[in-house]
Amino acid sequence: MIEIKNLSKTFTLHNQGGVIIPVMQGAELTVAPGKCVALTGASGAGKSTLMRMIYGNYLSAGGSILVGGVDVVTAEPREIMALRREVLGYVSQFLRVVPRVPTLDVVADPLLAVGVDSDTARDRARDLLARLNIPERLWSLSPTSFSGGEQQRVNIARGFAHTYPAMLLDEPTASLDAVNRETVLSLIEEAKAGGAAIIGIFHDEAARDRVCDREIDVSVYTPNVTKGAA
Amino acid sequence: MSDYNFAYLDEQTKRMIRRAILKGLAIPGYQVPFASREMPMPYGWGTGGVQVSAATLTPADTLKVIDQGADDTTNAVSIRKFFEKTAGVATTEETGAASIIQTRHRIPEEDLREDQILVYQVPIPEPLRFLEPSEIETRKMHSLEEYGLMHVKLYEDIAKHGAIATSYAYPVKVEGRYVMDPSPIPKFDNPKMEMAAIQLFGAGREQRIYALPPYCKVVSLDFEDFPFEASKADHACDMCGATDSYLDEVIMDDSGGRMFVCSDTDYCTGRRQAGHIGAQAAAASAALEETAV
Amino acid sequence: MTPLLKVENISKFYGRRIGCKDVNFDLYPGEVMGIVGESGSGKSTLLNCLAGHLNPEIGEVLFEMRDGAMRDTVTMSEPERRMLSRTDWAFVHQHARDGLRMNVSAGGNVGERLMAVGARHYGNIRENAIDWLGRVEISDTRVDDRPSQFSGGMQQRLQIARNLVTGPRLVFMDEPTGGLDVSVQARLLDLVRGLVREMGLSAIIVTHDLAVVRLLADRLMVMKDGHVVETGLTDQVLDDPQHAYTQLLVSSVLQV
Repeated sequence: MIEIKNLSKTFTLHNQGGVIIPVMQGAELTVAPGKCVALTGASGAGKSTLMRMIYGNYLSAGGSILVGGVDVVTAEPREIMALRREVLGYVSQFLRVVPRVPTLDVVADPLLAVGVDSDTARDRARDLLARLNIPERLWSLSPTSFSGGEQQRVNIARGFAHTYPAMLLDEPTASLDAVNRETVLSLIEEAKAGGAAIIGIFHDEAARDRVCDREIDVSVYTPNVTKGAA
Repeated sequence: MSDYNFAYLDEQTKRMIRRAILKGLAIPGYQVPFASREMPMPYGWGTGGVQVSAATLTPADTLKVIDQGADDTTNAVSIRKFFEKTAGVATTEETGAASIIQTRHRIPEEDLREDQILVYQVPIPEPLRFLEPSEIETRKMHSLEEYGLMHVKLYEDIAKHGAIATSYAYPVKVEGRYVMDPSPIPKFDNPKMEMAAIQLFGAGREQRIYALPPYCKVVSLDFEDFPFEASKADHACDMCGATDSYLDEVIMDDSGGRMFVCSDTDYCTGRRQAGHIGAQAAAASAALEETAV
Repeated sequence: MTPLLKVENISKFYGRRIGCKDVNFDLYPGEVMGIVGESGSGKSTLLNCLAGHLNPEIGEVLFEMRDGAMRDTVTMSEPERRMLSRTDWAFVHQHARDGLRMNVSAGGNVGERLMAVGARHYGNIRENAIDWLGRVEISDTRVDDRPSQFSGGMQQRLQIARNLVTGPRLVFMDEPTGGLDVSVQARLLDLVRGLVREMGLSAIIVTHDLAVVRLLADRLMVMKDGHVVETGLTDQVLDDPQHAYTQLLVSSVLQV
């Protein structure tokens, strides 16, 4: 489902003397449907960078990232938009939403985007919000005013609303209490059982051991930082 | 004959105006620019109509001039005298006897004939001006037939007053093409514009001439659910008893006394001479007879 | 899927000065593209060339007509282009008073485009206008008020209603949130976003506000000195800018 070959990435800092920072080289990774792969490595090893490259948020310098047959490295913006809408889900650590939109609609939004009718989408959203213990009185409010933990759970509900065949999870259980952590882990297990290919970053080792089939140490793809012609 | 050239304007000028008139007749409702001359009267007193009349008159013509339907108001009298002096043509107050009728704000009640010409004095020829101040833009709108704005004006009327409150200068569409301002005639007169006579419109200050050839199709703009109505005061003429003519309301005294009379003085006079009599005229003559006894 | 708009080699010069040069892109149905850049970067010039307000010296702006044919709107006759701008296109101006008739009621403003394409039933026009006022969150009690009695945010929403009432397929927006309070901006953005999705609109939004494009635009085009320096997925361009100018632009935004 997800197939990464010889992937590389550099940052060029034009406004800091044109410093070129190679951050990844020769990365290889394959995730089959129903499998979950954990990215490991020290902070700064490029776990988040890799996730962002897969999502099309960072531009790759070379190589290929096939997700459901689409090469994210060379795809047109609209192809990536379609991929994100239908195939590739991403649960980031931060919730970014349009102010003023009610929580229920924030969660139902990915379903509406793929053409699910409004009632079905809202039912699914209610179900997820209830499972993640967001009090019902908050559903009609915008999550922008919620606490950090609540925002994170709304973000997870939104991420799992549509059943994507491929998912990227960035610290999905961080700072959750035991009950909610358990809910998130079971959501991941359900997604796997449904055939989703998942790549995740988990600092929570117990969680990692429970849901992940494999670990990849990203630092092996991280080249030594060298200075460009300044 | 006076010392003036016939009908005041020089022949070149009249020729120029005639060309504009012919163009106007060829493109009904289209505003033809023309080089309006200074006339010996202020703008607003009918300089446009006077120039069109001057270019149209021949020595054999008989001229009638009306202002709001009346032959005896200052404006009408002045213009009539102007042409008596500068063209030496015959004048009349009888609609049927005139070959050219210059008018301000009315169409005579009596049906006009094919051998007659009606000349309108026009203050603002551009019907779109109310909502679009740019002349460049309004010309483009005419050329591209973009007339949605005209209905915006009528929409505003209904939204504000519950009905189309525009009661004069009511816009019309000519031969399914140009939207035209019929000059400030009451909308009661709009249906009469489909007539046998030639109609010419002159705007002196704005330097525009437009025209309607005989039997031209003239449709008053409206909405399906608010159709055009040619309204008038719901009354009969107090002088001649006519129920089909446009009426002026005349205040008689300080205690609210009033009467409705035909705005077309010639029409009213004609009817009274034919023996028709209205309510107040009857009462007055009865009172007069009593005092005589 | 075929593009709704194909822009090919558009260049516009003001004498010897470059307005915009060699601009190329395709816009697909349902796509929202943002054009960012500082004042004088040529983004408004480009928008006006695309919307038929300016005539580019070089290039084609091919638009998919309702019959499916691609027509060059630069060389099409003026009546045709004006018809497009009343039906399939919409243009939302930065200053609402440039896009509204200030001496006409809100209902008349919304109804104008309907009447321009032949609507002649007052009751239906008014009903439609009230419906659209509702969709942009203006109470039906304000239908007969003039825009001059409205707040800036309301005027902008009215302008949007007036533009969308004929169900256009392509919306041009020039700094739609410029000059509005931040709270009013958010409401407007939310509204525009909902309408774009609901109506399946394609849109081109010119702005210098990166937060606006992040929320509204799928794709981004960065302009400098009349040239396109970078294009891509909106979040990619903002989070991983490649061109020196874009990096400067992104890093110059004050963090809240």
